[in-house]
Amino acid sequence: MALINMRDKEIQVKIVYYGPAMGGKTTNLQYIYDKYQSRIKTEMVSIKTHGDRTLFFDFLPFDMGKIHDFNMRIQLYTVPGQIKYNSTRRLVLQGVDGMVFVADSQAEQRYKNVESLNNLKENLNVYNKDIFNVPIVMQYNKRDLAHDSTPLLSIGDLENDLNLHIKAPTFAASGITGMNIIPTLRRITIDTIAFIEKELQ
Amino acid sequence: MNIILKDDELGKIEKILSDNLINSGIKTAILIDTAGNVITYIDNGGYRKDIFPLAALVAGNFGAMKSIASILGESEFSLLFHKGKEKNIYLTRVGDAFILISVFDDDILLGFVRLKIDEVTAQLNKLRM
Repeated sequence: MALINMRDKEIQVKIVYYGPAMGGKTTNLQYIYDKYQSRIKTEMVSIKTHGDRTLFFDFLPFDMGKIHDFNMRIQLYTVPGQIKYNSTRRLVLQGVDGMVFVADSQAEQRYKNVESLNNLKENLNVYNKDIFNVPIVMQYNKRDLAHDSTPLLSIGDLENDLNLHIKAPTFAASGITGMNIIPTLRRITIDTIAFIEKELQ
Repeated sequence: MNIILKDDELGKIEKILSDNLINSGIKTAILIDTAGNVITYIDNGGYRKDIFPLAALVAGNFGAMKSIASILGESEFSLLFHKGKEKNIYLTRVGDAFILISVFDDDILLGFVRLKIDEVTAQLNKLRM
């Protein structure tokens, strides 16, 4: 649910990073915050547990500049990945305009990726939204672990597991090195704005 | 469904907030939606750069309290009040989709604030919010 302020020529858009626990959602936002600190006029907000895991959400307001004379204010959120926090995940999804699904490329996380995507579908249904009708980008994170000989799922396997039917744009990424973190953000922003424009027409 | 705010609507909302809250000594008044988007704000408390994180946190807080209300058999808690040593924050539901945030110092009586906020929510509801 984007908020369009005609007087101040500003559009607020909510983008949520979703995915399994420890998949790199917070690392995505942290990288964006570190990279563009000069353009982000506030601190990144994180509500964490004592163990430094996301308890409620991370939040980062990000000014993307002007599109069609409107200032684009992108509100980035993450959800807590741990299974027990489903009611919190559902709350954060309220009013979502676009999503990044951050999948963990490690072979041992295969089932958890699928489980998290199914959970996303269910939680969207609560708000009468359909995963096939909301802008979404798939990010296959932790590709850097290939250098540590960690068994990784191939991009083909990840595509088959997660994106066979959704057919979302995909990025092989690394939150630690920054590989494809900004292109992921750029793509979901462009797709979300295009979607909103289409809705308004 | 997107929310489109026009010049005259924003002007009416800001006049209601200014006349009833800011002129009564409340430092900051922010109207947000339940997704955490900022509709408009008037800030005399120096929180300008933190308005958006504040909105996101309040929307999350309100959502969490709604879940707590549900466990207790209530549909929701329509207002929340947090008292600090010097600053206080009062959160009120406006219509189905909006939340009013009021920040004020300890020199204003809570009863007076509640009275003013009741007047504001009644006027905002008349705008069919």
